[in-house]
Amino acid sequence: MSSTAREWREIPGRYNLKGSKCPECGKVFFPKRSMCPLCRRASIGKMIEYKVERKGTVYTYSVVYDVPEANKRMKPYVVGMIRTDDDILLTAQIVDVDPENVEIGMRVQAVLRKIDDDGPSGVIHYGFKFAPCE
Amino acid sequence: MDVGIVSYGAYVPRYRITPEEIGKVWGENGKAMGKGLFIEQKSVPAPDEDVVTISVAAARAMMARTDVDPREIGALYVGSESHPYAVKPTSTIVAEAIEATPDLTAADMEFACKAGTAGIQVCMGLVGSGMIEYGVAIGADTSQGAPGDALEYSASAGGAAYLIGKKNIIAKINRTISYTTDTPDFWRREGQDYPSHGGRFTGEPAYFRHITNATQRLLADAGTKPGDYDYAVFHQPNGKFPTRVAAMMGFTEAQITKGLMTPYIGNTYSGAVPIGLASVLDIAKPGDRILVVSYGSGAGSDAFDITVTDRIRKYKREAAPTVEKIVSNVKYVDYATYAKFKGKIKMEE
Ligand SMILES: [Zn+2]
Repeated sequence: MSSTAREWREIPGRYNLKGSKCPECGKVFFPKRSMCPLCRRASIGKMIEYKVERKGTVYTYSVVYDVPEANKRMKPYVVGMIRTDDDILLTAQIVDVDPENVEIGMRVQAVLRKIDDDGPSGVIHYGFKFAPCE
Repeated sequence: MDVGIVSYGAYVPRYRITPEEIGKVWGENGKAMGKGLFIEQKSVPAPDEDVVTISVAAARAMMARTDVDPREIGALYVGSESHPYAVKPTSTIVAEAIEATPDLTAADMEFACKAGTAGIQVCMGLVGSGMIEYGVAIGADTSQGAPGDALEYSASAGGAAYLIGKKNIIAKINRTISYTTDTPDFWRREGQDYPSHGGRFTGEPAYFRHITNATQRLLADAGTKPGDYDYAVFHQPNGKFPTRVAAMMGFTEAQITKGLMTPYIGNTYSGAVPIGLASVLDIAKPGDRILVVSYGSGAGSDAFDITVTDRIRKYKREAAPTVEKIVSNVKYVDYATYAKFKGKIKMEE
């Protein structure tokens, strides 16, 4: 599968935090899975769509100086683990706040931003990042 | 049946640069330049922001304030002159992000700074004819001025989104008219990074002629006079033009102040009038009458006569930040950071 096709399949997850939930044990997966690794066969074909809460708190974070080429204009930036209000841990960039002002426990919400692109003539990838709550 | 605004939302990136800071780099008196244009500062998008992300932020704010199911949206238009792709619509990405796909029509609109209001008119037609239940019209831009050009002092970023429908409208659009001519006051050819403008030609025959004609025709049709309106929002490429055009036609400063955001955020092009109207709707009361007149180079003006309904009392305005709140959360950047953010510095690929 080409990377564009794979990216396309991931759009519901990247735009709207759509994961999946196992109907057997109730465990939530993000990114979504087509099978629950605990319930295995019993979950095949039964996984249900689950929308992860867009608001949460910063669980932990670090300031990134060694950045990929595509993010050079943003350096340094913050990558954090966010515990969403429905208790899912997500890793994402934290934007619209200076690195020195990020705090553990800070309230944040998911926003859509550019993640990277496949060069000047390639596809632009959009996805979620977190920004301080208004 | 009445057609009008069911919900709205605005978004402006948080970074700001002052005319003084820009002038320093080019050996100009930026402070005087800003004073002349009535611009105190302008917004700057972060490197990961573009018309798609700004439109999505505005559209999500709009959806947060209403209980309308996004699947009931039958059309979505994004008006901009800075769509990230030359081919590949912004509107499909926004539709996906608010979960309005796949049962809707979507398209990108272009008409310099009035593409957003053109989208509102199209939605009014589709809703009024019964073809769709709800339509979304967005005006957003991340405008560029060539480094050192006068436009660099004002060109900024921001946008607003409007949900147009018949049910539960918070503001009724009583009527709309347009005034359109072929006027080459401002343009950008395919593949060019920065727009060109006709210098002095941008004033009298372009902005002032179209805005005054559209306004006078609308007032004549509606049988109203300037004093009948509680608020008036005119296109605002800077703070000076709308102030002057308002005075020319007999509107007072009190009528235009709430809808005049350019002094604090710069010229958001297609976002300008939509953000100005959002600022007015943030404080509007039932019965308030609002005049809205956009302008797009090339050239044309769309004028709207709007009356706020009782429904605004029950409207969940607090579910998204007001324009006043959005523009108060700012961080100032210097010219070097601004140039880096806006990609004015070429980097090795
Ligand atoms: Zn399971």
